[in-house]
Amino acid sequence: MMIRRLFWRWLALAILAAGVYATIVRFTQGLGAATNLSDQMPWGLWVGFDVLCGVGLAAGGFTITTAVYILHLEKLRPIVRPAVLTAFLGYLLVIVALLYDLGRPWNIWRATVMWNPRSVMFEVAWCVMLYTTVLAVEFSPLLFDRLGWRRASRAARSAIVPLTAAGFILSTLHQSSLGSLYLILPTKLHPLWYSPLLPWLFWFSAVAGGLAMVIFESGMSARAFGRALELDVLEKLARAMTVFVGLFLFLRWWDLGRRGHAATALHVWGADSLPARMFWLEMALFVIPAALALSSRWRRSPQRLFGLGCTMVGAFLLHRLNVSTTALAAGQSYFPSWMEIAVTLMLVTLGVAAFRFAVRHLAVFEGPRRMKEERPTQVVYA
Amino acid sequence: MFALLIDVTRCVGCGACVAACCEANGLPLEEGADLGPYHYTVVRKVRTRRGEVYYRLLCMHCLDPACASVCPIGALKKRPDGPVTYNASICMGCRYCVQACPFEVPRYEWNSRAPKLGKCSFCAERLQHGQVTACAEACPTGATLCGERNELLKVARERIAAEPGKYLPKIYGEREVGGTSVLYISHVPFRTLGLPEHLPLEPLPGYTGRALSQIPPLVGSAGIVLAGLWWLTDRKAEVARAERETRSGGRR
Repeated sequence: MMIRRLFWRWLALAILAAGVYATIVRFTQGLGAATNLSDQMPWGLWVGFDVLCGVGLAAGGFTITTAVYILHLEKLRPIVRPAVLTAFLGYLLVIVALLYDLGRPWNIWRATVMWNPRSVMFEVAWCVMLYTTVLAVEFSPLLFDRLGWRRASRAARSAIVPLTAAGFILSTLHQSSLGSLYLILPTKLHPLWYSPLLPWLFWFSAVAGGLAMVIFESGMSARAFGRALELDVLEKLARAMTVFVGLFLFLRWWDLGRRGHAATALHVWGADSLPARMFWLEMALFVIPAALALSSRWRRSPQRLFGLGCTMVGAFLLHRLNVSTTALAAGQSYFPSWMEIAVTLMLVTLGVAAFRFAVRHLAVFEGPRRMKEERPTQVVYA
Repeated sequence: MFALLIDVTRCVGCGACVAACCEANGLPLEEGADLGPYHYTVVRKVRTRRGEVYYRLLCMHCLDPACASVCPIGALKKRPDGPVTYNASICMGCRYCVQACPFEVPRYEWNSRAPKLGKCSFCAERLQHGQVTACAEACPTGATLCGERNELLKVARERIAAEPGKYLPKIYGEREVGGTSVLYISHVPFRTLGLPEHLPLEPLPGYTGRALSQIPPLVGSAGIVLAGLWWLTDRKAEVARAERETRSGGRR
C-alpha cells in the first residue's frame, strides 16, 4: 500500500515536472518547438484530446443534472455532485488547454466583442464561456456551504432548474458544434468520418461517453476514497448509455449507407487501409461494451460495470481522435511530441488532484464520507 | 471585383513574380521554397508528357472563402474588390483557417511567440491606389494578368476558344468552391499543378452554415420540451406524493 502510494506520488511529480518544462518551451519558443503540428496538421493532441475529448467526457454533468432536476429521476441524486464537479473541472481544463493551443491566447477575449456568427468556432467560444459559468454556479453551493454562506448557497440552489435547462441547451450546442467544426472539410476528412450528421453524432456519442465517464469516475472514487459503489444507480446509467450508443451506432451506419460509404469500411487490407482498420477498432470498442451492458449480470457486477465504463470511455476517445487525426491525410503521419503528451498528462493529473482536493474538503459525496471505515463489509471496488 | 488570370502555358518560370512579391511585402527571397509564412507565392516546375511545365501557387482569394467564414473574430475578411485580407493584431491563433482552406494556402509562423498567418494579400493596398498586383506587373510574358474578374474570364474563354488543341476546356477557379478570384487556364491537368480536383462547386461556408442555421429553432424547441418535461414529471411526483399521503393518512 505504502509503495503503491509512493509510486503514484512520484509518477505525478514526474508528469508535473515534464509538463512544466513543456509549458516553458511552449510559451518561450512557440508552438513549433513544443509540438509536432504543421500547416498540414494544424490541430493535434491538444485540440483532438484535451478539447474534443475533455468537453465530451464532461457531458455527464448536463445529462445527470437534466435527469435529476428536469426529469425528477430522484434515484440519480447521489451522483449529481460528483458529475457536476467532474464537468466543471473538465471545462476548466479545456480552457487551460485552449490557452496552450492558441497561438495568440492574449487575444481570446476578442471573441466576446468581435462577432462572426458564421464561424462554428465563434459558437464554440460562447458555449465554453457560458456553460463554464453555468457549471460554476451549479457547483458553487458546495463551496458556499463550506464557507457558511447560507444565503448565497440558497440563492444558487433556487436557480437550479433554469440553470439545468440552460446547461442542457448550451451543452447540446457545444457538443454538437465540436462536430460541426469539421463540416467545412468535405474534401479533407475521410468519408468514414465526414458526415453532414457530425453534429448529431458528436451529441449522441458525448452523452454515451459522459455517462461512461460517470461510471468510470464513480469506480475510481470508490477505490480512492474507500466508498461504496452506488451500484443500483450506476446500473441505470449503464442502461441509458447502451440506449445512446445504440442510437449513435444506428445513426452512424444509416448515414454511411445513405452516403454510399458502408463498403469503404471493408477496405481493411493493402494501401491506405489504416482508416478502415481504425474504424473497425472504434466500432468494436463501442459495440462490445454496449452489447455486454444488455446483460444484467454484467451491469450488476462492480468490476465488470467498471470495465464497461472504461471501454466505453476508450471508444469515445478513439472516435474523437479518429475524427481529428486518422480522418485527415496529414493526421495519419502525425504523432504528438512528448511535450504535447506531457502537457496533456499534466492537465489530467491536475484534474485528478483537484477532484481529490474537492472531495476532501467539500461535501461532494452525500452521506457518510468514509464508508469503508464504518462498514467494512460494504461492496467496495478495489 | 479584381482577379488574377494565370495562364500556365505562358509561364517560363523566370520567378519575376516571386521576386516582386517578396519586394512588395518585405519578405526574404529564397530559391525553391514551398508556400510558407514568408513565401506568399512560389513558382514550381513539373515534368509532364507535354514537357516541363512551370506554374505558380498563391492564395486563391475565394469569392466566399472558408477561412474568412471560420475565423471566430473576423481577422480574415473578403473585401468587395477581391482580396482576402488578414489582420494579425486581432487574430487569436486558433488556426481554424489553416484547417479549413481547401487549397492548403494559409501558412503559420510555428516558431514564433506571437505567430502570424502568412498568405498572399492580393496587394490590397496597391489595388486601392489603382495599381495592379506586384506579381502581375512584374510578369514579362503575360502569364499573370490582373483585372476585372468578368473581363479576365472573357480573356480566358477567348484564349481557350482560339487554341482549343492547346488549352484544356476549363477555367479553374471559375466555379470551384463557388468561384475564386485567382483563375487558371492550362494545357496540363490541374491536378498535376497541385490544384485539388473534384472540389464542390458550392461555397464551403454553406456546409457549416446549414448546421448553424439549425441552432435558433433547436434552442427554442429544446426550451419548450424541457419545460414540458419538467412540468410533467414534477406533477407526477406531486401526485405520487399526494397518493402516498392519502393512503397513509388513516394511520397518521
